[in-house]
Amino acid sequence: MADGIVHLTSASFDDVVRSADKPLLVDFWAGWCGPCKLIAPILAEIATEQPGIIIAKLNVDDHPDIAMRYSVMSIPTLIVFAGGEVGKRLVGAKGKGQLLQELSEFLPTSR
Amino acid sequence: MSHHPVVVIGSGPAGLTAAIYTARANLSPLVIEGEPSSTSDQPGGQLMLTTEVENFPGFPEGIDGPELMTRMRQQAARFGAEFVTEKVTAVDFSERPFRIWVREREYSADAVIVSTGAQSLMLGLEAESRLLGHGLSTCATCDGFFFRGQEIAVVGGGDSAIEEATFLTKFATKVHLLVRRDVLRASKVMQDRAQANDKIEIHWHTVVDDLLGSDRLEGAVVRNVVSGEVSTMPVTGLFVAIGHRPNTDLFKGVLDMDDNGYLVTRSGSSYTNVEGVFACGDVQDHTYRQAITAAGSGCVAAIDCERWLESVGH
Repeated sequence: MADGIVHLTSASFDDVVRSADKPLLVDFWAGWCGPCKLIAPILAEIATEQPGIIIAKLNVDDHPDIAMRYSVMSIPTLIVFAGGEVGKRLVGAKGKGQLLQELSEFLPTSR
Repeated sequence: MSHHPVVVIGSGPAGLTAAIYTARANLSPLVIEGEPSSTSDQPGGQLMLTTEVENFPGFPEGIDGPELMTRMRQQAARFGAEFVTEKVTAVDFSERPFRIWVREREYSADAVIVSTGAQSLMLGLEAESRLLGHGLSTCATCDGFFFRGQEIAVVGGGDSAIEEATFLTKFATKVHLLVRRDVLRASKVMQDRAQANDKIEIHWHTVVDDLLGSDRLEGAVVRNVVSGEVSTMPVTGLFVAIGHRPNTDLFKGVLDMDDNGYLVTRSGSSYTNVEGVFACGDVQDHTYRQAITAAGSGCVAAIDCERWLESVGH
């Protein structure tokens, strides 16, 4: 995770979700998805600027079983796991401001 | 507040071409490129949701829409264009320098090029917000993958509808193309492609009245507008490509528009009714609406803008 982003696989997914000590945002994405590419730099910025949340990515093309388990039918879909449970689900690309607002409940209030 | 000789609002082929030309004219354009979304209203514009672009000159093998837009953006950046990845929230064109706001942040400009494009229309059904992302999709290239082995529908009869339907046959077992009239608006090559594809079934005179399913799409209620017959189509995916509306809400009461909200430009130019404000691309074009015509009109706007700035002694 040199870029501050955790790259998940079908094999690592459950362990990472279970052992996360902070809210974990998983970006369900694929290389063919234009809007996914647009939010990638925004998520990278959030990963750097917001130590209170872990940013992870799951490629649905390589790991369709996980996408299917969470009924992902549209990408990008962002799922925030808190305490191992689904805390929030955001469908579709969004700008940074709107995204931070949607995630505010998972970010430290000192921001 | 930061001042720029030229601010470009929007970043599809028109806006980025205008940025390339004005940057090369040393006008240090600032491109307020919009915000990511899963609709066509996003940085890069409508091409961000397409797959292969086969008719943009210079790419004989075709090029992916997002890749083409990435390259145009890099080209503008190479000559010094700056980018802000946000949406303009307000403008004041009543005096010069013009003022432009992104929420509370203010920019000023000697000239403005408006290239905010157009976005896809939705059906306007109550069920849409409930099922968006749960079977109803605005982006076939993003979501087609999830409908492997399923039966789905595409609404519309233009080039985008047929492009989507054809693309979706890679995944779906069957694609119902729901067309309101008894003809396709699409170009001949696209029509031939749809008719030759045995996974695509065209339903003429057909409109969607409702969508079924609480947390995922289970079917579409369709009506034949000639016979009045109503039936339920058991589709698990629905893609809408019924046309566009221009992104001109920002400019209401400021820039002249036609009855459909498209900006009006002076014939054969990019001049709007406000001196120093130029318009290009789909925001002022409901006739051609091609990547190459948008790019061409972006070039027109940049040259008009440059000459106008010279004429007022910039």
